[in-house]
Amino acid sequence: MAIIYIDNKPYEVKEGKNLLEACLTLGFNLPYFCWHPAMGSVGACRQCAVKLFKDDNDHTGRLAMSCMESIRDNLHLSIDDPVAKAFRSQVIEWLMTNHPHDCAVCDEGGSCHLQDMTVMTGHTYRRFHYKKRTYTNQYLGPFINHEMNRCIQCYRCVRFYKDYAGGKDLDVFSAHDHVYFGRAKDGILENEFSGNLAEVCPTGVFTDKTLKEHYTRKWDMTMAPSICQHCSLGCNIIAGERYGELRQITSRFNSEVNGYFICDRGRFGYEFVNSINRIQQPVIRARFPEAVNKPELFVHLKNILSGEIIGIGSPRASLESNYALRKLVGKSNFYQGVAKKQVKLMETVLQIINSGHVHIPSIKESEQADVVLILGEDLTNSAPRLALAVRQAVVKTAMDEAKNINLPSWHDSALREYIQEENGELLSLYPVNTKLDEIASHTQYLNPDEIARLGYAIANLLNPEYPAVKNLDDGVAEYAKVLAGILKNAIRPLIISGTGLGNESIIKAAANIAFALKTDSQRASLIYVVPECNSIGLAMMQAGSYQDVLNAGKIHQPETLIILENDLERSWGPSEASSFISSFKNVIVIDHLHHASSQKATVLIPCGTFAEADGTMVNNEGRAQRFFQVFMPANENIRESWRWLDEFKQIKDGRTIEELSEPENENLLGELITEMPQFKGAEMAAPPGDFRIKGQKIPREPHRYSGRTAMLANLNVSEPKPPEDPDTPLSFTMEGYRGIPPSPLIPFFWSPGWNSVQSINKYQVEVGGPLHGGDPGIRLFTGIESSERLILNDVPEAFHANENEWLIIPLPHIFGSEELSIYSSGVKERSPQPYIAIARQDADRLNIREDDVLQLKLNDRVFNLKAKIKEELAKGIAGIPFNIPALYGLNLPAKGILIKEKDE
Amino acid sequence: MISNLRTMALTFLHIFRKRETIQYPEEKIKLHPRWRGRIVLTRDPDMGERCVGCYLCAAACPVDCISLQSAEDENGRRYPEFFRINFSRCIFCGYCEEACPTYAIQLIPDFEMAEYTRQNLVYEKEDLLIDSEGKYPGYNYYKVAGLSAGIKGKGEGDNEEAPVDIHSLLP
Repeated sequence: MAIIYIDNKPYEVKEGKNLLEACLTLGFNLPYFCWHPAMGSVGACRQCAVKLFKDDNDHTGRLAMSCMESIRDNLHLSIDDPVAKAFRSQVIEWLMTNHPHDCAVCDEGGSCHLQDMTVMTGHTYRRFHYKKRTYTNQYLGPFINHEMNRCIQCYRCVRFYKDYAGGKDLDVFSAHDHVYFGRAKDGILENEFSGNLAEVCPTGVFTDKTLKEHYTRKWDMTMAPSICQHCSLGCNIIAGERYGELRQITSRFNSEVNGYFICDRGRFGYEFVNSINRIQQPVIRARFPEAVNKPELFVHLKNILSGEIIGIGSPRASLESNYALRKLVGKSNFYQGVAKKQVKLMETVLQIINSGHVHIPSIKESEQADVVLILGEDLTNSAPRLALAVRQAVVKTAMDEAKNINLPSWHDSALREYIQEENGELLSLYPVNTKLDEIASHTQYLNPDEIARLGYAIANLLNPEYPAVKNLDDGVAEYAKVLAGILKNAIRPLIISGTGLGNESIIKAAANIAFALKTDSQRASLIYVVPECNSIGLAMMQAGSYQDVLNAGKIHQPETLIILENDLERSWGPSEASSFISSFKNVIVIDHLHHASSQKATVLIPCGTFAEADGTMVNNEGRAQRFFQVFMPANENIRESWRWLDEFKQIKDGRTIEELSEPENENLLGELITEMPQFKGAEMAAPPGDFRIKGQKIPREPHRYSGRTAMLANLNVSEPKPPEDPDTPLSFTMEGYRGIPPSPLIPFFWSPGWNSVQSINKYQVEVGGPLHGGDPGIRLFTGIESSERLILNDVPEAFHANENEWLIIPLPHIFGSEELSIYSSGVKERSPQPYIAIARQDADRLNIREDDVLQLKLNDRVFNLKAKIKEELAKGIAGIPFNIPALYGLNLPAKGILIKEKDE
Repeated sequence: MISNLRTMALTFLHIFRKRETIQYPEEKIKLHPRWRGRIVLTRDPDMGERCVGCYLCAAACPVDCISLQSAEDENGRRYPEFFRINFSRCIFCGYCEEACPTYAIQLIPDFEMAEYTRQNLVYEKEDLLIDSEGKYPGYNYYKVAGLSAGIKGKGEGDNEEAPVDIHSLLP
């Protein structure tokens, strides 16, 4: 700790930070542009000037950029000095000489850092009456809009895009006062994190194009803290609604999970909520009329629910919903809504995580790793935010070297200059090339079994207690020695693996390496990527797969099946799933979107998406996180699944419709924990529903929310009573507590004078650090240290390519492989066309050229796919895009036959 | 007593003064141009809609009686998809006009908008939009705003330089 004097008042601050960070942490309003807490300082914008004094007696002082000054003990500075103040307002005035007069049509307006800083410095009237510089714009794809006139040359965009996210196609062009930020030519921004440019850019050069389709100012949105539904990492997001439509997703800072950034799938994959494909009305099929209201539905269900019911849960439904179903059908009749293979994989993952032998890191912790080993995951496509963290880990390791030359960690450009192309160790093992290969120090393209065998061999080399691999190829054995050597020297090694290739041995091999690395001097961590947002939560309920229903050995097969938020055909295959579904007399499907399985339902019930529901989910590190309802849909049939299911339970127990009591998610969660203590802690993921601050709820709407007395006046001039929220401490109105709420309940970031997302500074204990009161989320796996070693032994046989049969592996795609995000038009545009990736050797043998159409026979289905020849792929292996709309329900990996279509 | 008589005398004198009361509605009152009455949406000199859907009027409205949704045409020009004012709530404070960066929303000297049913006081865009520039003739926001929205190309607006040639390194 050091003492610094700001305007002659002493303050205690942390050393190792820069002066700007210290001032912001202390709550001073000091303007800045180019500095970003996640990206460090470059000192480019000259906006954060303060006056520094030599000592007590120095009254002249000198101007200095606070973001480029280290904290020293006994430092004297002045923020309010007239010279410093004038300097800051002049810098803004210069920037504004070329800034256009188009705030009214700028999407950034109302959440604009430049607006905030201009007001903060007091520059309120323009004196510049000469010509303004203009630029032409570029088309940057379906996600990001470009309006280059507004640029203030802070360089944040390229620093984020190139330096932080590893993008290649955004750069700075031209020179002097003409610098241009864009692509070499018009085209889609390729990087998976391009959406963050909208938040990183302090003004409106890069804005969210999907928001433009239904533009709403930040102050007009009803917002709630939410959790991303599009992969297993559980990034924290803020979802905003206006006029009954979900309008925007932004990143919600959580220093442990996603930090400041989220990926494009999470940011732009929200349009399914507004889809015309939504289920709007309960439907009882095969009667007239099919659409029914709630009382009619319950009368119909009363008979159906009385008998034994099979319930199928969902990895994308909340804990509450899955538990409500389990409660309705009973423990023995509850099954996981995933294929048997997947249940087995998840069991293994849980067994390893639960063993307490190894540390499961958060994303933030994984950024601290010095050696990263990836076994069989294409992170950029299966868990994008983790790939971004791996990039930081790799750069950070190289930057650690800079401590020797006394460069502080925030001095970004100097550090990058110092390390040049130097990178830390990233070891990547995957069948085809991945985006992270470009920063990997060692990459090997192996077939899935070979990855597992190599993994086992590494574990054996690290500690001979672990099983050895027989008949290991010489080259692979040599490679294992190299990797084991690197891992042995690591201090904080991180092993990443997952269910991506559907190979259990890889998961076990990864665990063995992590266990073997655990010595006194090392702290190995292990992280698994799992398929869906609540896969871990569902797996923790320890139920069988729906495929087990057939073998359950029941004398009388139950007549009723309830499928919760799940498309069985997607994970099981169309013919198997439909024959399974049709073996039941009554099939109740509860979901928010129509899909193949919902077509076969005899009773179809609409439910809320994440935006219309409260719920708890468990992410891949076992962190239970709560998401909150964003808005109350006008259609009262759209309710949380758990609300429907809890009422069904009451009906089943013999209550009439009049006697139904209002379901409460807290009760459900409480019962869940009593019944399954492994979920203990999940109830603390957010404050309870009766939590109040000074007797007040926390408003979902900003204080300048507009149009309350007009937005529904076309329907009826008498305003309806605002919807109430009995389940949570949040209210659907703008009335309530205006201070900083507890971290899990932050509906939006705003602070007086700070309308933009940069107001996060005010919500943090220290700039870039955790939120006040700790980051949201409760880790359910506490990692009890256990002394006995866990040794997994499942070394697979070496893979032998078969001339006539290929092993078809799934290749995930960030855009396309996920069920819900594909409903966004932009995501659909970016998703790949169906293809089959085959090895060069196989292609040469069969005389296949690029883009030839191949016939793939797999699980009795036939697909015609364009060939993509991959040099690195091992022979006998072929890959197809995972779960894209044309290729779902294939239960990969599987054996398939390839036939070349005859040339005509 | 004297005071009473004096008061009566003064009152009687008023008989010979000019009348202030007018025979409304047969006789109309003369209103000044800046009188704050019915709200209209005006058009720019090219008869395009002036409103760009920036939401500032809605934000400025103290009774929250303005609600709109902005949309964009194929040229990137913003316009309100719907624009609704609930006049049964409006207090005619004129903050919306003050907030409007494009002179689109204006309060005009007209107060004759009484209705028998309150619902009829909800005005939609069709009811608000007039074919006139209102109080500020000659102003076209898109000529001074930087972005190009079908009115002018980049660099063709007032006080704008031609677009930068990014391939040039000349000073």
